[in-house]
Amino acid sequence: MRRLFLPLLLLVPLLAQGAIEVHQFDDPQKEKIYKELIDELRCLVCQNQNLADSNAELAQDLRQKTYEMVEAGKSKDEIVDWMVARYGDFVLYRPPLQRNTLLLWIGPFLIFLVGVVVLVRFIRRRPAGGEEVLSEEERRKAEALLRGDGEDGT
Amino acid sequence: MKSRYLIPLAVFIVIVGFLAVGLKNDPKRVPSPLVGKPAPRFELPTLYDPEEKITPEKLRGKVWLLNVWASWCVSCRAEHEVIKRLARMNLVPVYGLNYKDEEADAKAWLGQLGNPYEASLVDREGNVGIDWGVYGVPETFVIDKKGIIRHKVIGPVNDEILQETLVPLIRKLIEEEG
Repeated sequence: MRRLFLPLLLLVPLLAQGAIEVHQFDDPQKEKIYKELIDELRCLVCQNQNLADSNAELAQDLRQKTYEMVEAGKSKDEIVDWMVARYGDFVLYRPPLQRNTLLLWIGPFLIFLVGVVVLVRFIRRRPAGGEEVLSEEERRKAEALLRGDGEDGT
Repeated sequence: MKSRYLIPLAVFIVIVGFLAVGLKNDPKRVPSPLVGKPAPRFELPTLYDPEEKITPEKLRGKVWLLNVWASWCVSCRAEHEVIKRLARMNLVPVYGLNYKDEEADAKAWLGQLGNPYEASLVDREGNVGIDWGVYGVPETFVIDKKGIIRHKVIGPVNDEILQETLVPLIRKLIEEEG
């Protein structure tokens, strides 16, 4: 009985299938475009997920739309434009370079630049220590200490 | 006091500034690119008369509202009283867009809560919703006499939005030349 039961348990995961739709593509190129698109387009409902990851109903609908458009031979740009016309730049995980996103794109470089300037100034201002030369008297003292016969006779 | 001890304070103030602005921004509100653009066209049957087809062209020349609702939408229930009040003002016709809903459920919902709509357009598949950039029900669009979308309320309309935004805007649009 037990011998039969344990293998049967292996079948349990089959019940837990995800409810994700399957799309058939006649052309691998189209499938690639589709995958790239749902990866780069953002789900409006669950905002920090892309269309590929989201199970929201709107995301399913938009995946379906994307699939239909890809199958109809639309280019990637055309589909992105279609989405932007409806939902705005917000749907793009890779926002376009334009006036109101300028800071977004160059901000990291600006901060990097500020960091470099601060670092350079910090290094320049540090006293050039380490190579201080001993005076003649100090050298004699040091040599005497190293030889082990201190001048004060200890 | 050396001024460099003020640097952490300055950085702190800048960060607090950014966070304060961030708190005021509601990321759920995605500005619609459709505001200022012509209403996307559709031709939809109404809930109570499948023969009657409504298009935005038919509504040209008047200011109208499109309120997206569904019986499965909880916040639609919350805003329904406000929509009813708005309809009762008789300022403009309020059309409903019954979004991805079952006919029987939609009718039962209106039967129970009251029907403020001039007509409810049935968008079973949600295609018109997608064309209008609907991503969270309820949403309310204000369309002017020329058929241009002039405003969009995302989420439930409350009394404050009604009195301070919608009514003044509608009054202004009615004054405009068609």
